[in-house]
Amino acid sequence: MVEWTEQERDIINSIFSSLDYEDIGPKALSRCLIVYPWTQRYFGGFGNLYNANAIKSNPMIAAHGIRVLHGLDRAVKNMDNIKATYAELSVLHSEKLHVDPDNFKLLADCLTIVIAAKLGSAFTPEVQATFQKFVAVVVSALGRQYH
Amino acid sequence: MLSKKEKKLIAEIWDRLKHVAEHIGSDALLRMFASYPGTKTYFSHLDISPGSEHLLSHGKKIVLAIAEGSKDISQLTVTLAPLQTLHAYQLRIDPTNFKLFSHCMLVSLAVYMGEDFDPVAHAAMDKYLSAFAAVLAEKYR
Repeated sequence: MVEWTEQERDIINSIFSSLDYEDIGPKALSRCLIVYPWTQRYFGGFGNLYNANAIKSNPMIAAHGIRVLHGLDRAVKNMDNIKATYAELSVLHSEKLHVDPDNFKLLADCLTIVIAAKLGSAFTPEVQATFQKFVAVVVSALGRQYH
Repeated sequence: MLSKKEKKLIAEIWDRLKHVAEHIGSDALLRMFASYPGTKTYFSHLDISPGSEHLLSHGKKIVLAIAEGSKDISQLTVTLAPLQTLHAYQLRIDPTNFKLFSHCMLVSLAVYMGEDFDPVAHAAMDKYLSAFAAVLAEKYR
């Protein structure tokens, strides 16, 4: 069972309530596809991913990024039960999408960078540590049902 | 692999950041200590509290070495030779920690540069820091 202090809950809720999912989602996913190009292997049907500009302006990628952020929102709303909340999503990523779970960490790192760029110095070392604890739990839960 | 364009971009960024080496370096270190407490074990002989002399001078040292290396990335093995020896025989920092520090350096860059730290700059910088870390660990065994 993951333990969260009041302060950690406040930090996570505060971060996510300050985010525009329609903006951050596309930014995080497109950054992942640009910084770690091998992740593009899962997006074969998404149209033009030929270069950074194509990825950044790809509407299918943008829509998917928003979907991912809304998925993360479920963890924010269920912080005491992330493992159970993501059980189905984990099965989906394993059985249907066949995503190597190492990729979850890559996307999580890109999301961290995007949020850091947005929040600036408000993304203090302590806030970063809390955020990274949160994404680590999410990443672990998403990989949980793989077998 | 770094393209010519990427090498130029990396050199430009570090040239601009040299004058805030203390700030960026100490920020990255503090982030690493907060997120990865095990990394503090290498600093038990120093005062690493925010704003301390040790932290600032250490952060500066690291950033200036990274900046120096960026001036001619194809010569990293030559430029870093003394630091390779230092890390292999004296400091003996487990190389996994280089990854942790690099990640925190990227966060510091994002915080400092905001939107300017765009995906292309991020990709180039991540590649450079990985190469830097790999060269640094070359003499370990």
